[in-house]
Amino acid sequence: MSWTLSNLDRIGELTLNHVRLSIIPIIASFVLSIPLGWLANRNAVLRSIVITGGSLLFTIPSLPLFVILPLIIPTRVLDETNLVVALSIYGVAIMARSAADALASVAAPTLDASTAIGFSPAARFFRVELPLAGPVLLAGIRVVSVSTIALVSVGVIIGSANLGYLFQNGKQRGILEEVVVGILISLILALVFDLIIVGIGRLALPWNRDKPLRRRALAPTPLPHDSEAPVLTGASR
Amino acid sequence: MIEFRSVTKQFPDGTTAVQDFSFVLPSHQTTVLVGSSGCGKTTILRMINRMVEPTSGQVLIDDVDVAGQDKVKLRRSIGYVLQAAGLLPHRKVVDNVATVPMLNGVAKAEARAAALELLDLVGLDRSLAERYPRQLSGGQQQRVGVARALASDPNILLMDEPFGAVDPIVRADLQVELNRLQRELGKTIIFVTHDIEEAFTLADQVIIFKKGGVIAQAGTPAQILADPADDFVASFIGADKGRRDLFLQQREGDRGLTLVVDGDGRPVGVLEPGNAPSRPGATA
Repeated sequence: MSWTLSNLDRIGELTLNHVRLSIIPIIASFVLSIPLGWLANRNAVLRSIVITGGSLLFTIPSLPLFVILPLIIPTRVLDETNLVVALSIYGVAIMARSAADALASVAAPTLDASTAIGFSPAARFFRVELPLAGPVLLAGIRVVSVSTIALVSVGVIIGSANLGYLFQNGKQRGILEEVVVGILISLILALVFDLIIVGIGRLALPWNRDKPLRRRALAPTPLPHDSEAPVLTGASR
Repeated sequence: MIEFRSVTKQFPDGTTAVQDFSFVLPSHQTTVLVGSSGCGKTTILRMINRMVEPTSGQVLIDDVDVAGQDKVKLRRSIGYVLQAAGLLPHRKVVDNVATVPMLNGVAKAEARAAALELLDLVGLDRSLAERYPRQLSGGQQQRVGVARALASDPNILLMDEPFGAVDPIVRADLQVELNRLQRELGKTIIFVTHDIEEAFTLADQVIIFKKGGVIAQAGTPAQILADPADDFVASFIGADKGRRDLFLQQREGDRGLTLVVDGDGRPVGVLEPGNAPSRPGATA
């Protein structure tokens, strides 16, 4: 405990930086994945491009990505922007597939009915498709959140000051406590982010709340599609 | 008045759903299109609000070709009720009913107030207004669907097998309610079903289809029952097996009650004095 107590300021600073570095890629991947998901549902060719492209992006090792990025975007090698962009790319890689699945999960009869009663294509997308894709989108972004918080740590290799520093420094100096503190705070951060996202989901998707469990059959008629959001399976549906 | 002028619909896969269909559907009446699945009745219905575009021919509403009208505006001006209601699962009942007026730019408070009145009209308690569709029974959802279709006060109401997914008792209820509403409102209703009993219950005019949108017979329920055009119609309405011929029978021990039996001698009911419950166009 002595190490922790004497380094509280440093730990707080690293944690805040870790949060800051995580938030932008999470939001960016959510926003960017929606047009990609929309494209993926236009036809089979676009779908395979988006899905395969996403998987390929995710296989790029992070270190080479940090090296390549400054060649593509106007940043220096040790710039934190590289980390944010790289994490956004990984986020999109996961989230594009989720978004495609989310939009595909909206029941066709509901969309047909929306068109038939006079929604224009744009109004239908934003007021019907996107809200109804919400539960699956939410499941996807929960995966992205956890994955991003874990990946931010890798940024220490390009000099980013975040919780990853505690792993690196603790290992180099043989302070086990420092490593353990880093792991614990990362876990807590991931948990807090998850709770916040679920909370936002409850506020934004009130119709999806307290949905009766499938086998209890309390609802007189089941929803046209069932989109219970299982924890951490959004990307692999 | 909705007029079909030699309308043909061929789908990209080569199937011809409707072949050279011409017909005039009169205003302020209920026309029921009936036939087995794949006969093209839904395709005909959906050509009225351009959910399906005819391959050739014209569809005219009050002498105006729908092909020249803006699709979105046209659809907002026509009420549409679908099987399983087609309600938006993420909107409360009251907002579902208010959907079309809101799309037309009516203020939210005004549209919601009007929606509550429509719930009264279709016989739904206002306490259901703040619920989500999945919290309602199938029959209640259908009533919401009808209320939504009426929300912009359209002249035309398209109903695509709206009562197909509810149980027979609720369906009978909804049919009675629709007849009551139609007495009050006098809309031009085009109703699609595969259930001939439902057709006879609701229709001023019935059109029975064979495959490919070919009219087997069109007429009032009485005309069709009294004089089926051919064997197809007779078998479709069940007249070929004598099911439609009713006889009065008095049996011993019934203390003067008169039994109504069908051609096979199966009891259908008892003869009651007085008039039948009224329906649109019925004279006592």
